[in-house]
Amino acid sequence: MIRGRLLVPFKALARRAVWGLAVLWVVATVTFLLLRAVPGGPFDSEKQLPPEIVANIEAKYHLDQPVWRQYLLYLGGLIRGDLGPSFKYVGRDVVDILAETFPVSLALGAVALLVAVVLGLTFGILAGERPGTWVDRGGMMLATAGVAVPNFVLGAVLVLVVSHRLHLLPPALWEGPRYLILPALTLGLGPAAYIARLTRSSLLDIARHECIRTAHAKGLSPRAVLFAHQLPNALMPVVTILGPLTAALVTGSFVVEYLFAIPGMGRFFITAVTNRDYPLIMGVTLLYAAVLVAANVVVDFAYAWLDPRVRIE
Amino acid sequence: MTAVNVMVLAVVVFTALFAPLVAPYPYDAQDLASLYAAPSATHWMGTDRLGRDLLSRIIHGTRTSLLVGLVSACVALFVGTLYGAVSGYVGGRVDATLMRLLEVLYALPDLLLIILLGVLIGRGVPGMIAAISLVGWMTVARLVRGEILRWREQPFAEAARAAGAGHARILFRHLLPQTVGPLIVTLTFRIPAGILAESTLSFVGLGIAPPQTSWGSLAGEGWTALKFYPHLIVFPSLAIFVTMLAFNLLGDRLRDALDPTSVTRR
Repeated sequence: MIRGRLLVPFKALARRAVWGLAVLWVVATVTFLLLRAVPGGPFDSEKQLPPEIVANIEAKYHLDQPVWRQYLLYLGGLIRGDLGPSFKYVGRDVVDILAETFPVSLALGAVALLVAVVLGLTFGILAGERPGTWVDRGGMMLATAGVAVPNFVLGAVLVLVVSHRLHLLPPALWEGPRYLILPALTLGLGPAAYIARLTRSSLLDIARHECIRTAHAKGLSPRAVLFAHQLPNALMPVVTILGPLTAALVTGSFVVEYLFAIPGMGRFFITAVTNRDYPLIMGVTLLYAAVLVAANVVVDFAYAWLDPRVRIE
Repeated sequence: MTAVNVMVLAVVVFTALFAPLVAPYPYDAQDLASLYAAPSATHWMGTDRLGRDLLSRIIHGTRTSLLVGLVSACVALFVGTLYGAVSGYVGGRVDATLMRLLEVLYALPDLLLIILLGVLIGRGVPGMIAAISLVGWMTVARLVRGEILRWREQPFAEAARAAGAGHARILFRHLLPQTVGPLIVTLTFRIPAGILAESTLSFVGLGIAPPQTSWGSLAGEGWTALKFYPHLIVFPSLAIFVTMLAFNLLGDRLRDALDPTSVTRR
């Protein structure tokens, strides 16, 4: 029971925060080293430039310094919340680009998460409530297919049918709520299928437990047993995967952003990689990692809140 | 169901092995008289913008996709098993350190890490395999560690210890064989995961580079002509979907068969 316990144990939260910062530091270091280890620099692909100009460019971005100095400069900037200038988008800071594109990715990810959870739970409960019926069989067949279909295939099919054949929704761009529907479905349907399967099997697992038999024995209606006893227990595995799922939705969105020409962070990441835009790559990676760490912390606490047996240390 | 499933996988593997013999045309042969041709008797799945036979290209792509999926799954399995087994068996501070390290690596988003590693190692098949296995071993390591922890204190392990067996013998002859079931299941799920990762990256142009081809890069080419030549994306997508579905179904069946407490099938 929650009463008598602090809703948010601050000491545990502080400990998680420190750990999260440590993780981000390691991520920054690993990415930094990986990028510096890649043969070829960001300014290689252009036309042969005179050496003076190359030297000027390198001096401007501190690329003429030894790697350890570059690293310290970068960490220093990071602490001040400065991720450096983009190499490719001249005159723009990485922080500005992220501030512009991250909300777009976040909106897409949030709606997709909603799609995944609502559809997944609905179908999972419907199937788990009456195993063996056609609802169960049909739903689970659909879910198995949904887990197996890559999101770019799903997106292509949706665009082909809904936009090009039926002319119901726009096939691309980002100009209002109607533009959100197809991308969110593309991103969210796979996870929805996964949640549906998980919910169903978890419900069936719990159904064999003694507490459920007791609940039936004391005369509760099947519906009351389902919602008061079976479901709260069955939801634990679903809550557990919400952390990784959020991560998958946020990081997986680059494909969907590419498909639908959405000006989000993921699409910038793709161009940043092809352009070798180091600061932008690092910025996106760090932000993704931060989202991931935060999502996992939230899930940990949600878990402890839902299940009184779990204690957070 | 299972029979159909196994047959599909057999066809995929056969196609990959004998791609040049099965394919009606060489994968780079151009039929300049029919660019962007719709499916017909001469070209069953149509042709692409250079007049290349799509069916032949998909058949050759099978090779790439399956190779990447299979090899990366095996490498991930090997590395993950070693890491997890050592961590779980040695325990104590070693275990704590190894698991902390794993936790940090987990905080790096999978696909981003694969992209970064792919850029670092190179965009060919070996680069893709290396990048995907470098990410895939982590789940395996967690699984194996858990299994080892579960079996380590069982009477049979204690008996082996009492009989004077060395650490290596206990680990490899007594403990690891217990994990074979879950490992086989993991392997069947890692293969489609690898295929998915490769095709996703190739689709957005960060994976396999031309002239080599894979299902993902074929679908990516098709995407650019989606509105007017949908056959270019439909057929590669179908190949990916059917293969992934077959592997996933096989994994489900294996898990149900090997785990008596599982209730997914009923």
